[in-house]
Amino acid sequence: MVIGGGPCGLEASAQLHKMGYNVILIEKEKQLGGHLAKWDRLFPEGIPAREVLDTLIERINGVKCFTETEVVSINLLDKEYNVILSNGITVLSKAVLMTSGFDLFPAEKKEEYGYGIYDRVITNADLENYFASKNDARIVENPKRIGFVHCVGSRDEKAGNRHCSKVCCATAVKQACEIKELFPDAEVFCFYMDLRMFGRGYEDMYLKAQRDYGIRFIRGRVSEVSETLDRQVVVKAEDTLSGKPLKVTLDLLVLMAGMQNSQAGIKVGNKIGMRRSEDGFFTTKGSILSLQECDKAGIFYAGACTGPKTLPDTLNEARAAAISVHNYFYNTEI
Amino acid sequence: MIYEGKQKIWSEYQKDIPDDHYFYVRSCIRQSFFPASEKVFLDIARNKLGKDFFETEHHTTCGGIAYHSDAIPQETSMTIIARQFALMHKYGYQNYVCSCITSFGLYTETLETWREFPELEARIKENLWKSCKLEFAKPKYLAHASDLIYKFRNQIASQAKFKLIEKKTGRPLRVVEHIGCHYAKMFPSKGFGGAEYPYVLAGMIEAWGGEVIDYPERRHCCGFGFRQYLVKSNRGYSLSNTHKKFESMEPYKPDMIITNCPGCPYFLDRWQYVISEIEGKTYGENGHGIPVFTYEEVAGLVLGYDPWDLGLQVHQVSVEPLLDKMGVPYDPQMKYKGKNNKDIGRPELPTCACL
Repeated sequence: MVIGGGPCGLEASAQLHKMGYNVILIEKEKQLGGHLAKWDRLFPEGIPAREVLDTLIERINGVKCFTETEVVSINLLDKEYNVILSNGITVLSKAVLMTSGFDLFPAEKKEEYGYGIYDRVITNADLENYFASKNDARIVENPKRIGFVHCVGSRDEKAGNRHCSKVCCATAVKQACEIKELFPDAEVFCFYMDLRMFGRGYEDMYLKAQRDYGIRFIRGRVSEVSETLDRQVVVKAEDTLSGKPLKVTLDLLVLMAGMQNSQAGIKVGNKIGMRRSEDGFFTTKGSILSLQECDKAGIFYAGACTGPKTLPDTLNEARAAAISVHNYFYNTEI
Repeated sequence: MIYEGKQKIWSEYQKDIPDDHYFYVRSCIRQSFFPASEKVFLDIARNKLGKDFFETEHHTTCGGIAYHSDAIPQETSMTIIARQFALMHKYGYQNYVCSCITSFGLYTETLETWREFPELEARIKENLWKSCKLEFAKPKYLAHASDLIYKFRNQIASQAKFKLIEKKTGRPLRVVEHIGCHYAKMFPSKGFGGAEYPYVLAGMIEAWGGEVIDYPERRHCCGFGFRQYLVKSNRGYSLSNTHKKFESMEPYKPDMIITNCPGCPYFLDRWQYVISEIEGKTYGENGHGIPVFTYEEVAGLVLGYDPWDLGLQVHQVSVEPLLDKMGVPYDPQMKYKGKNNKDIGRPELPTCACL
């Protein structure tokens, strides 16, 4: 049984099915794809998310898939897990793979940024939706100044998340370039702590953003956001490179909401006592050699349920988890 | 502005405040700055709302100004506070309410510190016994006086003689609410509405018919900020903070300002005069300043107290334009008459248009 029908669950299901296993994939939402289904384009090259998702969905042909389905209970019976689903079906599964992914940090929790209060404050997810639909009443025609706030709910003890969400820096740079393409006359600012451009092609994307798109990167955390009489947003920050406080009035502010363990995944995990680490993500059996395994026999992990990951990392973990499950069945170790 | 978003936050920062029986402590500076506010608070609580509020002349300052100015160590201020709490206990009360925001912040900080460090609490207990021979006790509930007016805001509205509404036109008055920094910025969960969008004064304004203004520098310090003012050489900094706030609120054309801190109304009121003298600029209508009030004064106006009994004649910015808008009657001849019609003296009128 694979729990979670995002890209990780899709890829793991496809791989296990290809290996000849009888796979049941469950997804709580109506549609498959998780966050990927709501994203427009992917960094670093800007590949349409839909193309990737369509391919992943094609690959699960033959996998038994239940959408709008949740785990009601899960118990270990001798060597199998007895899983009762919300659609009334009971499944006996020899292995359970958690691919429950992540939730975006609820940006309204950073009250000082005014998400849900000020009209022109949106999140990275809202902006992706706008890129796809070109429809969002909060985005005015031809905005002149646009800001991105990195690390919203990431690396923030006050928000309860000390961890780095890994993908937000690259996403912000990608989105900053995309919005500049849409509104070439706009000035675009990125407020960052430090830029974590660790992946292949990411550093090039960052250079291009500065050189070709003229994105202005300001090293400093935003302290507060407020609203003017004509509904623009006023952002206060400190430019830590010049050592000066900064106040800028913007037409749009985009908050780069970070990742935290999915509440739905935690709910399932709690039913069978899956351990979670201080950061809220599931604890793997080992931190180097057994990243896909839980300390409970027959339970496996892949993707962002064990910590923030990029999409390629997530897909690699899905494949690694499929091999781990296979080894478990054959009681073999590499 | 998405009002529902604010409502959601407000609903998350609510406090369950006891209904009655409070030990009340005054501020050490408010009686000089806004002399009738505390008296009016007690009068409203006791005689309009029928509550039991006790005070004793034996209480002292909380030591907050000295603590925040680094003039006394934390242990000293904690021992002073322990004595205040011991007095509450001695007189048979469990609920403690203070008039001052700095005191509220310091009491909260002290209680939280004792909770985190029980060994420090034990030391303070010993200090208290050695110095005062008083029994150590902690309040069951700590409130700021504005919490109480907020709690009873609808009851006050039901007894209202006047509303925060322009009598001639029926227009809700545009009100700037300014919250003292020590109310919730240190401990957001201790304030109604939290730290970013406090509701304690906004709730009063709404209940009494006014319209709350949210302007870009709403969260900014009034200009007191202890070191900015207490250190004489920093006073220009204090003034520039206040100036920044007025420049920011000006486009919203506020009719009045309400505050819940001892320092804020003083600085927002007095610095308007200084700004007008330096720059020749005023922020209210017809060349006047914007009248600044404590929440007790506003509650008093709403309940129909005589403006001069509320001490409004000691404000720097004259309040008459606001009284006229609300339709509150007043006798100009009585403005500078004190107790038993004694003349309290008139200010030497400067050229400032604030007066």
